[in-house]
Amino acid sequence: MELTILLFLLGGLFLGWSLGANDAANVFGTAVGTRMVNFRTAAIICSIFVILGAVISGAGTTETLGKLGAINALPGAFACCVAAGFSVYLMTKFGLPVSTTQAIVGAIIGWNIFTGSSIDFGVLTTIFATWIICPILAGLISIGIYIGLKKFIASSKIHLLRLDAYTRTALLLAGAFGAYSLGANNIANVMGVFVNISPFTDINVSNFFIITSVQQLFLIGGLAIAVGVFTYSKKVMFTVGNDLLKLSPLSAFVIVLSHSIVLFLFASQGISSFLTSLNLPAIPLVPVSSSQAIVGGVIGIGFLKGGKEVKWSVAGKISVGWVVLPIITMIIAMFILYILTYIFNLNVVF
Amino acid sequence: MFGLKTSKISLFSDTKKLEKDIDEFVNILSEVGLAFKSIVRTYLTHSKNGNFDEMVEKVTEMESKADTITKEIEHALYEETLIPDARSDVLRLLEHLDELIGMYQGNCYHFSIQKPNFPEEFHEDLIGLTETVVSCVESLCLTVRSFFRDTKSVRDNAHKVTYFEKESDIKFSSLARRIFNSDLNLDQKMHLRYFVEKIDRICDQAEDIADELIIYSIKRSV
Repeated sequence: MELTILLFLLGGLFLGWSLGANDAANVFGTAVGTRMVNFRTAAIICSIFVILGAVISGAGTTETLGKLGAINALPGAFACCVAAGFSVYLMTKFGLPVSTTQAIVGAIIGWNIFTGSSIDFGVLTTIFATWIICPILAGLISIGIYIGLKKFIASSKIHLLRLDAYTRTALLLAGAFGAYSLGANNIANVMGVFVNISPFTDINVSNFFIITSVQQLFLIGGLAIAVGVFTYSKKVMFTVGNDLLKLSPLSAFVIVLSHSIVLFLFASQGISSFLTSLNLPAIPLVPVSSSQAIVGGVIGIGFLKGGKEVKWSVAGKISVGWVVLPIITMIIAMFILYILTYIFNLNVVF
Repeated sequence: MFGLKTSKISLFSDTKKLEKDIDEFVNILSEVGLAFKSIVRTYLTHSKNGNFDEMVEKVTEMESKADTITKEIEHALYEETLIPDARSDVLRLLEHLDELIGMYQGNCYHFSIQKPNFPEEFHEDLIGLTETVVSCVESLCLTVRSFFRDTKSVRDNAHKVTYFEKESDIKFSSLARRIFNSDLNLDQKMHLRYFVEKIDRICDQAEDIADELIIYSIKRSV
């Protein structure tokens, strides 16, 4: 692999690190914030399942991002990733759960504008729509699961301590599912822009199975996410798990589960094809925001409890972050593209 | 991975042990109450009988066993970071229940050391008061058990505690009045009043714990 290619890929890995530090924190944020799972256990499970999700099921959402802007030159991809990674890093610094999805979409739009490429407004509208649907859906799912679980617990008369043990295990399982879904859904943000220009070749393992170049790309992206989880995600985990609403362990579980379901729905090619086969509208395979799903879930539980306990100032701060992030990323991406084009004389588009 | 699996197994076995410990602790509270009832009766009827000292000794043993269990539960809850949202409530509950066992034991000791001279005319009232106090704590035991398994029943059981506490107050007032209306010397009247009051205080403590349990169960249900 050429050194320049490796250098440009570092941009994607930086974004992967940011995703691990911020988005992945959402998956175990409520579990760690409520002190039901310690940070180390959360980080290990999260890393393993993010990588598995990325490698096994990461292809679906990548196509959608590819449609939005087919970045066909490594320097362009590098600029988008660095811009997105940097803006997510800034938000992480403030402990704000933002979305790498929003950042990368902002960056791709920036690339489209800078290079004069056409923007597929149909795809853009679909992505924007899912950003609104995703938190609402997560909120509704969490309300439904919470009501059902409460009824079940009241009728089953489980001992407080045993319930605690079950909740802990359920949190780990839901977290693993969430991490898998996150890897599947969000790897497109990290490595999607490199798919068309992947520097890897397929590896045939003893004629048994083939590790495609894209899977190799997703594997290193997944590893970068894992590093982000271990090194920088703790602060965001506590914002998600503590600051927005004082959560009980049971609510924490419900929120992680509903978040994971939403992410899985928007990443599952299987479910999408199944709905199409029934002549139902397919779920768009869009990289949605794990932060939006988690915050939607938390606010759903908050509403169920009357809404008084939700710290609306924190919710407002997070929402402002969501609006500002794509715009900032777009501007940063255009700035980096300008530098690469006019100072380093690199082609950011072919 | 294997480490995680082992820790899961350990989590479930620790949980089972803790459940057992908490049940045993509540059993001790209940048994100490029943023993106390027998001790008061035995004291009043056969105060010179050696059986009385044996029974007091048994209560002391039970009290120290309860102390050991409380410490074990406390350590396990902290070390395993179990029930993070209800941990402080559970620990405070156990502490207050332990104080209740201590109150029973203290009463037994005071009977054993000070040997109050209750004239026969007060025996029935004192036994009646003791029985009400023990029934009050029995209802508290049910409230505690329901707090751990069935929060919906906490309020019903706590209501019984309140009922017995009121009964106990009535019996205490009546007995105290009878003691002070009697022809006994003032020093003896004061001495007997001290014992009656100490027994009645057990109910006050039980009622306070029941009130706390209602709050804890509301916290758990939201």
